[in-house]
Amino acid sequence: MNISTSVLLIPLLPLLGFIINGLGFRKISKGLASIVGTATVLGSFLLSIYTFNYFLSNNSQPITVTAFNWLAVGDFHISFSFLIDQLSLLMLLVVTGVGTLIHLYSSGYMHHDEGFGKFFAFLNLFIFSMLLLVMGSNYVIMFFGWEGVGLCSYLLIGFWNKNKSYGNAARKAFVMNRIGDLGFLLGIFLIIAHFGSVEYSEIFGRAASVDTATLTMITAFLFVGAMGKSAQIPLYTWLPDAMAGPTPVSALIHAATMVTAGIYMVIRSNVLYTLAPATLEWVGIIGLATALLAASIGIFQNDIKKVLAYSTVSQLGYMFMGLGVMAYSASMFHVITHAFFKALLFLGAGSVIHAMSDEQDIRHMGGLSKSLRITWITFLLGTIAITAVLPLSGFFSKDEILMNVYMHSPLMWGLGVLGAAMTSFYMFRMFFLTFHGTFRGTDYQREHLHESPISMTLPLMILAVLSVIGGFINFPEIFGGQAWLANFMEPLFANAKQASPEAFHHAHLSHSEEFMLMGVSVGVAILSLIIAYVMYVSRNTVPAEEGTPIPAVQKVVYNKYYVDEIYDMLFIKPISALSYFFYQVFEFFVIDLLVNGIGKLVKQLSNLTRRFQTGTTGFYVFAMVIGIVVILLVNFWGFLFR
Amino acid sequence: MEVPDVIKTIPLNWYIFFATFLFCIGVVGVLIRRNALIVLMCVELMLNAVNLLFTSFSAYRSDPQGQIFVFFIMVVAAAEVSVGLAIIVMLYRNLKSVDVGILNKLKW
Repeated sequence: MNISTSVLLIPLLPLLGFIINGLGFRKISKGLASIVGTATVLGSFLLSIYTFNYFLSNNSQPITVTAFNWLAVGDFHISFSFLIDQLSLLMLLVVTGVGTLIHLYSSGYMHHDEGFGKFFAFLNLFIFSMLLLVMGSNYVIMFFGWEGVGLCSYLLIGFWNKNKSYGNAARKAFVMNRIGDLGFLLGIFLIIAHFGSVEYSEIFGRAASVDTATLTMITAFLFVGAMGKSAQIPLYTWLPDAMAGPTPVSALIHAATMVTAGIYMVIRSNVLYTLAPATLEWVGIIGLATALLAASIGIFQNDIKKVLAYSTVSQLGYMFMGLGVMAYSASMFHVITHAFFKALLFLGAGSVIHAMSDEQDIRHMGGLSKSLRITWITFLLGTIAITAVLPLSGFFSKDEILMNVYMHSPLMWGLGVLGAAMTSFYMFRMFFLTFHGTFRGTDYQREHLHESPISMTLPLMILAVLSVIGGFINFPEIFGGQAWLANFMEPLFANAKQASPEAFHHAHLSHSEEFMLMGVSVGVAILSLIIAYVMYVSRNTVPAEEGTPIPAVQKVVYNKYYVDEIYDMLFIKPISALSYFFYQVFEFFVIDLLVNGIGKLVKQLSNLTRRFQTGTTGFYVFAMVIGIVVILLVNFWGFLFR
Repeated sequence: MEVPDVIKTIPLNWYIFFATFLFCIGVVGVLIRRNALIVLMCVELMLNAVNLLFTSFSAYRSDPQGQIFVFFIMVVAAAEVSVGLAIIVMLYRNLKSVDVGILNKLKW
């Protein structure tokens, strides 16, 4: 197959699936809808593999495929073109690969839902937008996809739109993302103003000739966009609420793919960020703060999906921390492994929720390991992977980030390890409360406990395997590996290295130091595991029910530090008060007065003149003749009275 | 193109004055007469004044376009008269009168 055809087909297939399911979801049967939805994404995945092979066999030369010239304003052109290079290929494989598995899973999970076809249509539209985001060869296409995934996220969070609070969660996600998108848009405008182009190839080649202040501004604005999309402080509060959507959506959009768009964007713009160290410093600090804050909130959450949501926010914080210290390939590595194990955990949680008849509170679960064997084992593997214990994938990626952070600042590393300890604690707390101890649900739930169908457990098993072996794509040199991923991604940073060689110079750690760092992070993770085990298995503690008094500090954390309430007070209340004022005062006394006044004026004036309409034909004809005579006189005045 | 002498025996101005005269009769008729039939006839008079003007200009310029226009006007006038007469017939059936002065309900 021609390579450009295959590149163009990658995003087109899910779009086709969206059109088929979107137009025909009332007529197409559930089986057909799931086949169309899954097959199109699977097709994209196979094409991605084909493109990947072609890319490797073609000496890793970047491929640009132009579909058409999209906008042309004077000398300024925006082409609708796709760029296939190391970064977009990795994202393509993750998005379509994990996407296929989640589509397959959804066909089992959503089977009882009446909006089945609609769900698959939205999922396909999401995949299409996400593919545009990662494949685009300029910032405008990226923005196009960026908005598309935001829209799909909104549609899918509010998928069960009969529930008002779900709808509100969807709106919250949308509005928060809009705030970030505004920053992203301003960043693009600045790029256009200073570079006169939005194509990556042109911008990155010329980045070094632009002054640092401008680049700092551009990168800061772009990072605001990433804050919104990737749920970083201060725009992170939408992600936990986004768990209102169906679980496959949480797995696909709010864990594996969409939320990593911000990291993709920063890695894509690595030249600009490398040349703007001030922004990078902030990226690192915000990432660290988010990682710690979200991890600490996760400790006291009781909703299985909320715990995972905060864990996602926290892991995204780690990725940004890695970006902040210019460990771009390590962050990308964590994006990939995180996509595997977080999708696995969410899908596992979905399987648990499915088995528990839509119960999400871990206080009402317990002892599920006996009835849900496959879910239990795969969930355990995912949990170990995320807590970064040897030798599962999360260990390699998180450790690489932490190692780079240590070289930058040992203090940040210490805080990062603290976050890792919290991660380990809340993950195992959730794991033990869900799968071990005694069953705490109702009798009805006990009777209906069942392992999920094969369409749901198969993705779990595949993702579990990937979570276990995923770390080997970047097996570190210290263990005799090749660090394949880091070498593969090397060409992406060529421009940055050329522009600022000194930024890439940092001291190498000796092997003993590396082993020590690994030992510390694995040690604290295991220590947290043991604490969680003692608390929730040996002592059989169950978190307090709603309404029972809890210590003040715990209460603050349990209520997410009241951030939502603070935002409510700082932004929402004043704005709604202002809107109310405008509605009550400005609307009535200014706008209505003006509009009604003009109406009344016209009425009065026409009252004066309406008597001319006598109804007598003769009068009208007379008026017409007079008019014609006047026109003639005016026109021929000079001719007649010369 | 040269205009034949036989046409030049009557000067163009006479035609113009005559057509203006006819047109004014038509206008005055429409204004002062109340019988719908006569109003319609006066309208025809105005149309024909214009037709006369067209043909005379056409002859004095040796350009047949004006005469072609006249044919069009005659066709449209015929159609218009048929509609107008139909309206007058309906008017008479309903009101037993063809006085346009009665038709003054459509006002204010």
